[in-house]
Amino acid sequence: MSDKQSDGPRATGGRAPDVFTPGGWVPMRSHEDSEEVDFVIVGTGAGGGTLACKLAESGFSVVAMDAGPYWRPLEDFASDETEQQKLYWTDERIVDGENPIAMGSNNSGKSVGGSTVHFAMVSLRMRPEHFATRSKLGYGVDWPIGWEEMWRYYAEVEQALKIAGPVRYPWGPKRGRYPMRAHPMNAAANYLARGAEALGVDWTQTPVATLSAPHGKAHPCVYRGFCAIGCSTNAKQSVLVSWLPRALKAGAEIRDLAMVGRIETVNGRCTGVHYHREGEWHFQRARNVVVAGYAIETPRLLLNSANAEFPDGLANSSGLVGRNLMVQLNQAAWGHVEDDVRSYKGPPSLAVCEHWNYEDRGKDYAGGWSYMSQGPLPISWAKTLAGGRGLWGQALIDEMARNNHTVGLKMVGEVLPDARNRVTLTDETDQYGLRIPRITFAYSDNDRAMMAHATDFMDRSLEATGATDRWKEMGDTAHLNGTARMGHDRRTSVVDADCRSWDIPNLWVCDGSVFPTVGGVNPSLTIQAIACRTADRIRTMAAQGEL
Amino acid sequence: MADRFPDYDVLAKRDSLSWNDKTRAVVDARIATSEPDVLSEPERAVLRRLVDRIVPQPEGRAPVNAAALLLEKIAADRGDGYRHARLPKVREAWERGLAAIDTEARERHGTGFAALDNRQADSVIQAIQQGDVCAAQWEAIPADLFWSYRILPDIVSAYYAHPSAWSAMGFGGPASPRGYVRLETNRRDSWEAAERAPDAVVPASERNRHVR
Repeated sequence: MSDKQSDGPRATGGRAPDVFTPGGWVPMRSHEDSEEVDFVIVGTGAGGGTLACKLAESGFSVVAMDAGPYWRPLEDFASDETEQQKLYWTDERIVDGENPIAMGSNNSGKSVGGSTVHFAMVSLRMRPEHFATRSKLGYGVDWPIGWEEMWRYYAEVEQALKIAGPVRYPWGPKRGRYPMRAHPMNAAANYLARGAEALGVDWTQTPVATLSAPHGKAHPCVYRGFCAIGCSTNAKQSVLVSWLPRALKAGAEIRDLAMVGRIETVNGRCTGVHYHREGEWHFQRARNVVVAGYAIETPRLLLNSANAEFPDGLANSSGLVGRNLMVQLNQAAWGHVEDDVRSYKGPPSLAVCEHWNYEDRGKDYAGGWSYMSQGPLPISWAKTLAGGRGLWGQALIDEMARNNHTVGLKMVGEVLPDARNRVTLTDETDQYGLRIPRITFAYSDNDRAMMAHATDFMDRSLEATGATDRWKEMGDTAHLNGTARMGHDRRTSVVDADCRSWDIPNLWVCDGSVFPTVGGVNPSLTIQAIACRTADRIRTMAAQGEL
Repeated sequence: MADRFPDYDVLAKRDSLSWNDKTRAVVDARIATSEPDVLSEPERAVLRRLVDRIVPQPEGRAPVNAAALLLEKIAADRGDGYRHARLPKVREAWERGLAAIDTEARERHGTGFAALDNRQADSVIQAIQQGDVCAAQWEAIPADLFWSYRILPDIVSAYYAHPSAWSAMGFGGPASPRGYVRLETNRRDSWEAAERAPDAVVPASERNRHVR
């Protein structure tokens, strides 16, 4: 496996890789370290990459840094789970607590484009009430942003990514047509549909960020099914191939293999960032610093930046940096059918049921969840059968050989914020000499009640389609949110609705860390919508002299 | 169990549109990987035996070099992005764990793990899986964590990285840029595996020999 680009950073000398052309380049504006740029953005995933594009298009000077490499998918990506581990954040992290979180493959990326390079492309809007769970539903905490505003930004992101989705979405307020037609359903998705109809709940084709028609220099999806380890044909609308080419065109500079280790402050304001690139430390001056490293690296950087002015870390007067880490429940039900399903074909989750996001009755817990059809690749599936079902030896080999007849449904469930679930620093250091994070997590009784309900429901759905040898996978989690949450009150949140830190006026956080609650849908669309909103707010505030 | 996908070989598609250059390069290199010089020979013998019991070789197919691939990971001390607070890094975990397994075997059966017969080896593995172990070395590496964080994920990840394992499970294997056309239930593209079926007009092996 090649862990790194053998040739070092690629985005240098006034050019960046052209993601659409093997060996190709596109021009890129460059800035000196000594030049005080308007914005330095740490991280180029769903939050940082989207924001870099929108800020550059608004005329700001932008340098966006990513610790990972700048890939050209057409030539760099293999159809191979092992090789594609190069997309994951595999630097050491310590996990503990009652239910330690599995990190790396399914929830963190180390590439330009962040984890959107390997996300499963599911692009759902959060239910309106889930932006105000405290006042509308009596649990959690309200967002400082209303759903109507978020839904306008959802529409913007869906257009930008050319989301392929159904003509009519069964749940929630009326929404416009998706930009592209839905993809045909694979057999695994049809099993979800049949089960949902048998149980009397709605289902629909999953809105996904992979093209169902040509768009620009990208071709439609070829249904190769390796989506979760990176798309080698560019059909997937990751940040790498969607927002970042626009960002470059608008004048943003992107620095790959650039690890930011510390944010500098003077007299209560940020002055720039210390970053490691090509073997040495540099200092980029900036008028504003945006942290967009996702729910582990964002608090880690804020905590690692502690100094005499801010001894507890930056933006941390509330004491909440690193706290309220939320995963999403990712339990599943699996079974066997006579039919040849071959769930390795097509995007893994082509059908979705959001019934239990929108139905509050009949639950003995707070929160919502959705579930989707599945298509695990061999290593991922073998780890599930071994770890989740305790299979090894010939029993494992034989079960793997029945994979083409396996169907599964997997939930994305809302974990409630809990200050005890958190990211802190250890005394161990990494290859950059930076203290590594400790990630502490435990499920609550509410989480367990949701898991029990969801796995029972999904199991009944499989049963209704005739599936046999059914079993429940109880261990998995997905996604990461919280750890620098937004709110109305500086005592109970880290940033305000504009993603601006309460403590340091030119320090911003723009990624999944800012979620006060996480809802029952995959977070990427919401992160991108927040980034679009933040860019609009920054433009407005700049025009009013409020930056 | 009889091979469900007789004569199906993912590698027959190596030169087709289902494999891009990058995939050819990484899979070629993987198949050719031999054991790196890491761990002691007795430790390696325990590891080989353990791998052989956790993931038995496919019958009638090219052998999977899972032990070599795992040793390569151990040599590189390559983590997965997270480490349980009570476990050391990959290489040290395996060193401690293999020592504990070997002692466990001697205490239970009077001989090292590598020399145990299948039934005895499996009984040691079951003891680790159930956390029902007696060797003192497990104090340095909790058996339940070594089982769930190292033994299972590391070994099955090595095994299912190999084309022989893909072929035996009827997986389509690498698929870029060609991808697939027939996504519906009970439909098969001509470059996918056919499964053995008693009432098949054309035997699966016949179809599989035409997979390109």
